Amino acid sequence: MMRPVLLGAAVLVLAACGDKPQTASGVKSDEQPFQSVTGPGNAYNAPGWKAGDKTAWEQQLKTRLQNGQNEYNRIK
Amino acid sequence: MARMKFVCDAERCIECNGCVTACKNENEVPWGVNRRRVVTLNDGVPGEKSISVACMHCSDAPCMAVCPVNCFYRTDEGVVLHDKDVCIGCGYCSYACPFGAPQFPSQGTFGVRGKMDKCTFCAGGPEANGSQAEFEKYGRNRLAEGKLPACAEQCSTKALLAGDGDVVADIFRNRVVQRGKGAEVWGWGTAYGSKQAGQPPANGVKS
Repeated sequence: MMRPVLLGAAVLVLAACGDKPQTASGVKSDEQPFQSVTGPGNAYNAPGWKAGDKTAWEQQLKTRLQNGQNEYNRIK
Repeated sequence: MARMKFVCDAERCIECNGCVTACKNENEVPWGVNRRRVVTLNDGVPGEKSISVACMHCSDAPCMAVCPVNCFYRTDEGVVLHDKDVCIGCGYCSYACPFGAPQFPSQGTFGVRGKMDKCTFCAGGPEANGSQAEFEKYGRNRLAEGKLPACAEQCSTKALLAGDGDVVADIFRNRVVQRGKGAEVWGWGTAYGSKQAGQPPANGVKS
């Protein structure tokens, strides 16, 4: 009789144990995007620019924007 | 480089929701959260207009102003991002945002309101570029990969433009000149403070 009640209470009480721990240490500083992605994910980096070169990164984005989203360039 | 901006061309948007799908897929956005959505005005009426709406990364972002824990920050490119480790999920930003951008997943224990989630301009968050921790909290960091937001890059009609504000404005201006109408950029004035954008067309001008 008491067993289901106790089980139900345990589920409710222990529900929060599954939550991930959180740390609050103020806003962390963000890495600059032109530093590129390093590590395993860097296979997805777009070619044509070098990590750490801000000017090359900016030019890459401008070129990509013109080539990809300005169809007036493509139909000429 | 000028700051990053979004523009949605209401003359071109066909309400396909491709941007919404691309965003959800690219960033693995949780259930119940839509960082981007398409809004249609006068739906079903001839002349209806649709626009794709998400965080516009405002020049003077109201969300930043009202956040009680100061979890927002702006990158050098003008992208408004936030730190989910600092966010307390209070929802003030949701009330302040004129675009309805902040979203709150119900993921915590007992379905409590979780940390705020919003469009990141595909720029991730404060964690290391392209790291697993960044992806799990904020989604993909395409800017660090030398790419632009997925929503705009896959837009079939190129209604949604994203990137360097000067280039975006130049592309849009060229379109308006070519077609001779549709110069109104909804949300541009609210987000970026232009006095002329978003105003109703003058008499005799096609819209």
